[in-house]
Amino acid sequence: MTVGEVAEMLGLEVLTGSEGLEREITGGYASDLLSDVLAHSQAGNLWVTLQTHRNVIAVATLKDLAAVVLVNGRAPDAEALAAARQEKVPVLGSQLPAFELVGRLYQMGIRGTS
Amino acid sequence: MTLALFKADLHIHTCLSPCADLSMGPRTIVDKAAWEGLDVIGVSDHNSCENALAVVQAARQKNLRVLPGMEVTSREEVHILAIFDHVEQALWLQEVVYDHLHGENDAEAFGLQAVVNEDHDVVAFNNRLLAGATELSIEQVVDSIRDLDGLAIASHVDREAFGIIGQLGFIPAQLRLDALELVGNTCPEQVSRRSPPCARFPFVRSSDAHSVEDIGKVSTSFLLVEPTTAEIRKALRGQEGRRVLLGDITVGGSVAEKQVVG
Repeated sequence: MTVGEVAEMLGLEVLTGSEGLEREITGGYASDLLSDVLAHSQAGNLWVTLQTHRNVIAVATLKDLAAVVLVNGRAPDAEALAAARQEKVPVLGSQLPAFELVGRLYQMGIRGTS
Repeated sequence: MTLALFKADLHIHTCLSPCADLSMGPRTIVDKAAWEGLDVIGVSDHNSCENALAVVQAARQKNLRVLPGMEVTSREEVHILAIFDHVEQALWLQEVVYDHLHGENDAEAFGLQAVVNEDHDVVAFNNRLLAGATELSIEQVVDSIRDLDGLAIASHVDREAFGIIGQLGFIPAQLRLDALELVGNTCPEQVSRRSPPCARFPFVRSSDAHSVEDIGKVSTSFLLVEPTTAEIRKALRGQEGRRVLLGDITVGGSVAEKQVVG
């Protein structure tokens, strides 16, 4: 399943990085601690978080994640948005809380990495 | 005993911080601080103090006190500002931090980490993951700072990212913080209303400058005998006539104007 397909099925808003929508997703990871994401996420993962600052994009780039999904209708900071645009990291927005969003992703067949 | 006003910006990053401008060299910082009428600045890079001595040296000929320090990231990803009188104290803290900080920096993702001398020559690039979190709990970070006789201030409590309220939602009861820092226009009453435990602490304002133009944009004036951490702590506690004047108070130019008999 690609980033774009997930975005469409769940009605996620593509905030930036539409050039990355064709990328195949390898799984999902949900966490709000950057150090945890650095340690445990895997390349191609969809990262679900409520953090909206610039370092989120740095971590996504470093770990080669497929996309960042912001929950609860949160918007990225201006700096984060600029960095995401530059690094071509798709940032998607959902109105759902994290638990709800992850549940739906799981129902769609997206799994975490254990 | 003569008390005087000291205008301080206790939270300034140098080009060692991956997220700071490379133009943040010692002389640039010191010159801008003097131009802004600051009497005291704190040097606080993320999880490192390797540029602190260079800034102290750059300020030698200036009427500016540089307090070396660091902004430590706890394992809860809360930023805590450490402020010392002497570089040696900061280096002791750095040793503790380095023992508990893992990973290598990726300059493309996080930015360059330039270690410079007072003339802004690049001496080395630090390759630790300074943008990362240490394994130290917030209590361990604050205790390490206090045990080294430093001031421990919770950074930017009015900002969600990496602020103690944003990350934890509360302030642990036994945490030995000296103060809480505001970086925006938020007033302490607003913060305390939103998060009542904040009302227990004194507040300071600083710029958290990552680029030259932000230095001194926000500051705190302290009524002190001399610009040391012990005096600042007295001011934070309102002891012996020392006081904190929160906000952006412009202090008059001459020394005479600044002196208040206490």
